[in-house]
Amino acid sequence: MLNRRTFMAASGTTALTSLLAQHEAQAATPKDTIVIASQIDDIITLDPGEEYEVSGQILVSNIYDRLVRYEAEDLTKLVGAMAQSWEVAKDNKTFTFKLRAGQKFESGAAVTAEDVAWSLQRVVLMDKNPAFLFNQLGWKKDNVKDLVKAVDASTLQFKIIEDFSPVMVLNLMATTAGSVVEKKVALANEKNGDMGNDWLKTHSATSGAYKLVSWKANESVTLEANPAFHFPPKTKRVIVRHVPEPATQRLLLEKGDVDMAWTLQADQLKALATAKDVKVETFAYSGTWYTNLNLGDERLKNPKVREALRYLVDYDGMVNSFLKGAFIVNQTFLPKGFPSYIDYKPYKLDVAKAKALLTEAGYPNGFEIKLQCKNASPLTEIAQSMQQTMAMGGIKVNIVTGDAKQVIGDLRGRRHQMTLISWTPDYLDPHTNAGVFALNDDDADDKPKPLAWRDHYFDPTSNAMTMAAVKETDPKKRDVLYAELIKRITDQGPYILMFQPLTPVASRKNVNGYKPGIVEDTYFFRTITKS
Amino acid sequence: MTAPRGWVRQIAGLIRRIAGLLGSVSLTFLGLTCVTFVIGRVIPIDPVIAIVGEKATRSTYERVFKELNLDRPIPEQYWIYLKKILHGEFGTSLMTAHPVLSDLLRVFPATLELSVSALIVGVCFGIPLGVVAATHKGRWPDQIVRFGSLLGYSMPVFWLGLVGLLIFYAKLGWVEGPGRMDVSFDDIVPTVTGMITVDSLLAGEDEVFWNAMSHLVLPASILGYLSLAYVARMTRSFMLSQLRQEYVLATLAKGLSPFRVVWIHALGNVWVQLVTVIALTFGSLLEGAVLTETVFAWPGLGLYMKNSLFAADLNAVIGGTMLIGVVYIVLNMLSDVIYPLVDPRARTRK
Repeated sequence: MLNRRTFMAASGTTALTSLLAQHEAQAATPKDTIVIASQIDDIITLDPGEEYEVSGQILVSNIYDRLVRYEAEDLTKLVGAMAQSWEVAKDNKTFTFKLRAGQKFESGAAVTAEDVAWSLQRVVLMDKNPAFLFNQLGWKKDNVKDLVKAVDASTLQFKIIEDFSPVMVLNLMATTAGSVVEKKVALANEKNGDMGNDWLKTHSATSGAYKLVSWKANESVTLEANPAFHFPPKTKRVIVRHVPEPATQRLLLEKGDVDMAWTLQADQLKALATAKDVKVETFAYSGTWYTNLNLGDERLKNPKVREALRYLVDYDGMVNSFLKGAFIVNQTFLPKGFPSYIDYKPYKLDVAKAKALLTEAGYPNGFEIKLQCKNASPLTEIAQSMQQTMAMGGIKVNIVTGDAKQVIGDLRGRRHQMTLISWTPDYLDPHTNAGVFALNDDDADDKPKPLAWRDHYFDPTSNAMTMAAVKETDPKKRDVLYAELIKRITDQGPYILMFQPLTPVASRKNVNGYKPGIVEDTYFFRTITKS
Repeated sequence: MTAPRGWVRQIAGLIRRIAGLLGSVSLTFLGLTCVTFVIGRVIPIDPVIAIVGEKATRSTYERVFKELNLDRPIPEQYWIYLKKILHGEFGTSLMTAHPVLSDLLRVFPATLELSVSALIVGVCFGIPLGVVAATHKGRWPDQIVRFGSLLGYSMPVFWLGLVGLLIFYAKLGWVEGPGRMDVSFDDIVPTVTGMITVDSLLAGEDEVFWNAMSHLVLPASILGYLSLAYVARMTRSFMLSQLRQEYVLATLAKGLSPFRVVWIHALGNVWVQLVTVIALTFGSLLEGAVLTETVFAWPGLGLYMKNSLFAADLNAVIGGTMLIGVVYIVLNMLSDVIYPLVDPRARTRK
């Protein structure tokens, strides 16, 4: 029965809906603004002396400037950013930088060498996550004020204690930890001697390409361009919106409510490939996807067994099927695009060879082994593929999936047999990965070192090669040393090195100029244009 | 000895009621903290790695391990935690680096805005639909309502949200997409209540209000559909039992119009039960908000809880759970207050 009242209620609803439809704003984003849909719930701070997360790194590297960096114009060359020029003393321990003239902070104050010195000291004194980068140089809380100094208003000088190649030292200065904040502003907002840390989590005091307008946790980050920057940004505002669901990101992008979508998954990308106003580009990313082989297990300690296992993975099969467009094969510990990278791919699926190696090693009938990985795609699919191909060689793989913290907990406790996992480097220098994949100078249980230690890989030769490479001052010789080390770890190390991920970026067709490098630190906003 | 005067008895009764209420509230809290705390400690997630990250050194790891009192037995850890909570310290969230309390105050209004709107949708449509279904038992309006509410019950809100977005936002363009308002309206309206629709009206910003409404209408309708399904089914069954009562026959025999009998007399008697249903529905809306907020990128309590669960951010999880607990308690108290308004017997009961 449709009575008078239900009719009135129904017509009221229709009226409200049409009223809302009338008030529908123009779908497109403002012309001078780039809106990016991404997942930014990992940001916990935007203080460059503290942040160490993926999204935080991207934003901080766009907000702050530093002495030297790899600029968007040529990502392969380290150039002066805040520094006009620099000199390295003969002993490779004293570095002197001359600052570019006319640089200003967002407050309008001129940039001085004192700001730079204080910013570098601050990282060590606050002792947050990035501090370890500078600790490597021998900078500690009690000596950093003496080692890093402003000589005059435009000259900065620092000394290092450890023996390091100047290339490596400059690469460390090029990380976001080397960002320069305005000392006066930070100190004006200091609380309980925190060097402005609490305030800088949500504010900026920068001379870089953008200033921070707002960060609303799990919601959005808004940046505004600094037109006086020596590479003036091409758009006035950048807004990064937190859109947790990839399918929602796709809808927003197709509708034009965002200009770019950064964390889409394979099925959305496939659907967008034919979309009218959207394009998808892929860029290499710096991760390493690999399997740990714990040498604490008697069977895996045998190098022949490890070699056999490397022949029982269908690398090409995976990247040509379920990993297509998302990964490339990389069998070295250095991502493609890194300085000193070499293209070295000796392994492919070869069951006969693997069986021969297993027989030589004394396991003609194979054995049963556990493979752990995080319960997430595509890790589980990779594990299943490995299970299948290893079974061909007689290795019965039991896959055990779990929460990330659980899997990593077992790795750190060296309780695993095989663990499939990924690693991302800390800075753009080969030592960042060599130092974890190859170096383990003490295998004792109470001396935890990263990856090599986790797998009980204790090899004095690898240790010596790693240290020789990091100290080598001649860049050409350094490349040769790293090439040898890379081959050694690929062939003898406690790993099956497998893949390098790609970053897909979907954007509206009128948005151009975004060419991210392989580390988050080189995801430049300032080159993006919108027509 | 003379009997105590009336007002003395009344005050004594009031004190007893307040004491009883406080007692039950504190017991509920104790239970809540205990269960969430123990679950948080027994799950095989390393809370230290959640804080220091995978790359931390052993010394940092051990320092944080001690700071979290993880070297002590669980009952002692719980006692330390309880003491902190009693001092109003819910700790700092790992995800946002802000105190959990300030996070909750920031995200809760967004959820409140969404779930109140959803509740309005659910009640305004659910009750009339339930009544219509009851008066047309077995005929097509009943079948439609029952089928529609079964759908609302059984379809995952996550899927419903995506399909809703696809149709009403992407294809038809009737409503705005995910988020609470367009980016161009960001930071225009000063935060007073945290609910953008309310704040924009307070600030007299019509355009922001309509934009926020247009963003709100779809998630609120989807979430409201869930509560509508429940409210309609419950109303239908309450009404059916009322319509079988003799007084219905008597009022009809007296010559009252069927409309008056159904909508005034019978529905009037159902309200008491409905108040409880609505209060419970509101609570479940907060839970439904977890998925709705993820699909609609709605920065509320649900999204916050989801993120903190995935990040093993126990302070935030426990804080959020406590807040939902408080909401349930408040809802219960509210329905106690509302009973006398809808049931005259509750007013005169001694």
